Amino acid sequence: MSEHELDARRMLCPMPVIKVQDAIKDLHSGDILNVVCSDPGAIYDVPAWSRVHGHQVLLAEVRDEEVHIQIKVEAS
Amino acid sequence: MQRKAISLISGGLDSMLATKAIMDQGVHVEGINFFTGFCVEGHTHAIRKKDQNKPRRNNALWVAEQLGIKMHIVDVIEEYKDVLLNPKHGYGSNMNPCLDCKGFMVRKAYEWIQEHGFDFIITGEVVGQRPMSQRRDTMPVIQRESGAGDLLVRPLSAQNLPETLPEREGWISREGLYGFSGRGRKPQIALAAEYGFVDYAQPAGGCCFLTDKAYSDKLVDMWQHRSDRDYELDDIMMLKVGRHIRPRPHFKLIVAREEGEAKFMEGYRRQFRNLHAISHTGPLVLIDGEATDDDLELVARICARFGQGKEAEQVEVQINEIDGSSQTLKVEPIHPDDFPEEWYV
Repeated sequence: MSEHELDARRMLCPMPVIKVQDAIKDLHSGDILNVVCSDPGAIYDVPAWSRVHGHQVLLAEVRDEEVHIQIKVEAS
Repeated sequence: MQRKAISLISGGLDSMLATKAIMDQGVHVEGINFFTGFCVEGHTHAIRKKDQNKPRRNNALWVAEQLGIKMHIVDVIEEYKDVLLNPKHGYGSNMNPCLDCKGFMVRKAYEWIQEHGFDFIITGEVVGQRPMSQRRDTMPVIQRESGAGDLLVRPLSAQNLPETLPEREGWISREGLYGFSGRGRKPQIALAAEYGFVDYAQPAGGCCFLTDKAYSDKLVDMWQHRSDRDYELDDIMMLKVGRHIRPRPHFKLIVAREEGEAKFMEGYRRQFRNLHAISHTGPLVLIDGEATDDDLELVARICARFGQGKEAEQVEVQINEIDGSSQTLKVEPIHPDDFPEEWYV
């Protein structure tokens, strides 16, 4: 299990979702992906994408006007 | 053997119904959505403060979650340029190449099913619903030019169209499909009620900025004032925000209309020369193009006109260069009589 970071600031949805999708392709079950976004819509879209693909959303919150999302990758 | 289909999901009702009709026949369905850069989805609502009462969700993802299917969002920004710049079938009433666009998306879906071992493609198209891409005579064009042929199933209009391979092979039953046609929405709304769908997107004017006249005008203006028609994602995003004012052929100004746009445009201060009033409250203004030093006074006077100092005798404006240096100018806000309406793009 390893932990990875994804900076999706200054991207508007759906680009953060696409970047998460691309990043997770290279990860393994149990890996953690931490994502930071500046588009407030990401707090809905990234968790929605994660849920439909069966990944666990461990955290989704807004801090200092940025969206922080932590995803645990599940085998799909 | 369970068959597998990919469904082009826009986030609207029709693709949602079409997907459900095929899922109900025991087919494994996943969704796909192609991001061209011109999609109206949530990000635009995220920019403008006045739009923040609208759902910020991505409707395609929301639909996938309602249906309980996977959703693949595919970046086609680069490939889409050729569709927009060289549409074989031309444009609609604005810069919308709808028929080429649909053919392109079905072709991409066809490539996807070949790569992923899926059996056929679903769309929510309805015969006669759209003036370019959903006419009885153009629907076969999409099948032919995409390469998908009779692997393309349109569940909502299937009974008005020739039988497809999935029907002939018995993967799906024609009786479980529909015979909708025309622009009316009553059959779709009735079917949504039958399926128990109470919340669904009702996009006004389609899901693409290219069908919008104001947006298309800005796109054409951008092309007319550049040496070629190529574009980057940032270019087409900037056309969605601010007032665009072209006082001279070699540059235009993008003036934030409200706080949400200003915040979004702040992120571009390292890419564009920019200015704002410092003696009065006023908007952020980006300079797109090659304004010369001789143009700066005019630029500053226009900037001053859009702030609270518009009636003042003099407004102090700070002009910021991309390298971080800056200068200030004291100017008289431009008088409305010296500001022709034609400057607005």
